Amino acid sequence: MSELKYLKGVTTLKLNEDKCTGCGMCEIVCPHAVFEITNGQAEITDRDACMECGACALNCEFGAIEVESGVGCAEAVIVGAVRGTDPTCDCCGEPEKPCC
Amino acid sequence: MDKEYITGSVATKAGEVPVVSTVLSRADKWGDLKAICAIRRMDYTVDPGLYAVGNPNEDSPVFASANYKLSFDALRREIDGIDAWTIVLDTNGINVWCAAGKGTFGTQEVVNRIERTNLKDVVSHRKIIVPQLGATGVAAHEVRKSSGFSVVFGPVRASDIPPYLKAGMVATREMRRVRFPLRDRARLIPGEILQGLKYLLPVMGLFVILAGLHRGGYSSQLTLRVGSRSAINLILVYLAGLALAPALLPWLPGRSFSFKGMVSGAIMFLVSLLAGLAGQSPFEIVAWALMFTSISSFCVMNLTGASTYTSLSGVKKEMSVAVPLQIAAAAVGLTLWIIARFV
Repeated sequence: MSELKYLKGVTTLKLNEDKCTGCGMCEIVCPHAVFEITNGQAEITDRDACMECGACALNCEFGAIEVESGVGCAEAVIVGAVRGTDPTCDCCGEPEKPCC
Repeated sequence: MDKEYITGSVATKAGEVPVVSTVLSRADKWGDLKAICAIRRMDYTVDPGLYAVGNPNEDSPVFASANYKLSFDALRREIDGIDAWTIVLDTNGINVWCAAGKGTFGTQEVVNRIERTNLKDVVSHRKIIVPQLGATGVAAHEVRKSSGFSVVFGPVRASDIPPYLKAGMVATREMRRVRFPLRDRARLIPGEILQGLKYLLPVMGLFVILAGLHRGGYSSQLTLRVGSRSAINLILVYLAGLALAPALLPWLPGRSFSFKGMVSGAIMFLVSLLAGLAGQSPFEIVAWALMFTSISSFCVMNLTGASTYTSLSGVKKEMSVAVPLQIAAAAVGLTLWIIARFV
């Protein structure tokens, strides 16, 4: 199957190499293989595959990763705009709406 | 509610722990199917807590799961033949990935649930296997600090657990990847179709009523003739956005979902045109071309949330271009369609 890729050059992902210890946690948690560890250092090898889920930043013990994480969901953006909040897929309050 | 998936209980130092079956019953499968179709999915839950699978002892692995029954069923089905513990977190009945995004499948809940189930008395090791997609909400190092348990991120898919355990709890690169294969995309279609009916039916009704308008007043013959044609067109638009597009997603051109949706709408418009459903008047044909593409574009844009690879930054970027165009095209399309009733 051809690889599905989303828009180029939009991700807010940032890696601070000075803080990176090469522990490899980012490589483990990333669902889109954005990181690779080479020579004891994490490297962003597939930036455009990043979906900003935030797993890497949350699991970086050394604070070397920053990303403005959020749900990549148009409906959530619309709901957020209507309510004047951040994008939210707040389906819990609305029983008939499927989550994500 | 009867819990027929509980087949007994096992005694531990922390008390009796229910044992669950690894074989899904007909009732489980029926419930899972309904959940996929978005029927009664919000109360499709399992009680949070500790469960036993097979005949586990204090050395057996511990798997974390969400209390959405579909997630829990996927786990217990796949670990058939493995003696293990499963610790079900309270995620308000939401699946692992979505709940992790909200933080309900999160560090705090893992720590709380480990304490409330007295997990440290049940097992002698200090390791808990969390599905990789839980990493969006669970910070492994924070759980270790607060509970003493090391979080090990297991594979994305429960079906990879047996080979993962066999390899000594090592996931291959492929086990760590999220894809969006046809099977997963197809699973979205029934739910999207049923959810969308509440928009489709009123819009269809409106078009059928308006179809009777003409220069001399109102004709019920037109209501029938133009109305039925219009209703079929709306069904085609709906299928373009909610069935054709998810099925053909990798092959539709472009990266943005709204563009892909415009293309699937255009394909369905051609079907309508060739079938003579778009009418004869140039006004009406252009009207349908605009409505097919804009409505389908909007529907497919809203599939971003159900996809597995879109980022918020990307969604905002495509919406800033697509939404004004969708609104303009739909408004012009509707206006032309109404004009076509009078010329």
